[in-house]
Amino acid sequence: MKIGKFLIPLGAFVLLAIVLAIGIKHSPEKGVIASPFIGKAAPQFSLPDLSQPTKSITTADLKGRWYAVNFFGSWCYACRQEHPTLMEVSRSRVLPIIGFDWKEQADSANEQDDLGRAFLNQLGNPYTLVLADRDGRTAINYGVTGAPETYLVNPEGVIVYKLTGQITKEIWEKEFVARVQGKPDKS
Amino acid sequence: MVGQAVNRARVVLLVLLLATSPCALAVDSVTLADPAQQARYLALTHEIRCVVCQGESIADSNADLAADFRRQVREMLIAGKSDQEVRDYMVARYGESILYKPPFNVRTAWLWLAPGILLIVGAIVAVRIQRQRAALVDQDNEPLEEDVRS
Repeated sequence: MKIGKFLIPLGAFVLLAIVLAIGIKHSPEKGVIASPFIGKAAPQFSLPDLSQPTKSITTADLKGRWYAVNFFGSWCYACRQEHPTLMEVSRSRVLPIIGFDWKEQADSANEQDDLGRAFLNQLGNPYTLVLADRDGRTAINYGVTGAPETYLVNPEGVIVYKLTGQITKEIWEKEFVARVQGKPDKS
Repeated sequence: MVGQAVNRARVVLLVLLLATSPCALAVDSVTLADPAQQARYLALTHEIRCVVCQGESIADSNADLAADFRRQVREMLIAGKSDQEVRDYMVARYGESILYKPPFNVRTAWLWLAPGILLIVGAIVAVRIQRQRAALVDQDNEPLEEDVRS
């Protein structure tokens, strides 16, 4: 009887410890919000081409092939750090990378263009296409929380993977190239 | 006596002014033309979490992204969307954690019910301990036995 009473709090403690241990083990990376968009159609957009502002590109123009979407900005330090890796992986030409120049900040529209273009002129252009998302509407539509963010979209126009933060060669090979080459149904 | 009351009223007024001054410096300066829409806008922006700040709603944050979120909410309301449509839009993109008040469903039931259950368990334990102690006091108050008195 006496022992039984002592066992109750002990049992409760063990139960709590197990619950917390499971919580810690299964918690995703803290601060990173998993995209609920994976497995869903990429959002619709219609944005001007950075180099030809009069030309606009829509989601439909990209359908029918694998492509990666990379949100960046000349104002974003992590994007600057990520840039050499993008340059390197883009040379393999496994899949086109579409750059979304997110919220270029400047006073006039022309200057905005210049900042994004100057960034690419200076560091090189790894993108097949660069679109200007100046007001950030498309970014919110994609569920972007901060640049850089990279999405992988399959030929059916469905998002199959999302990376928050800088891309590395390893992630590119493992998450992007592997899915495009022969293992598209992995996810 | 009257002077005291006036003084007290002044203090109350001062406290109220201090308490409301941050509102005067609100982050969000935009007001919707329709007062009913404005009320819904305020409620919704206080309900949606700023994803790049810790513990702030998009109404309270001056982060760039929060301003974009507010614009999104505004535009959806002006376009005639319901509050639930705005919430659904955000949840579809950023997950349930974007809302300060998580919805009650099978996955979140434990989150909502656990505090209540713990409170009830605690209350039961507290009452039982209290009764046991009261019983001990009663025993103590019994008259001393013969052999001790002699």
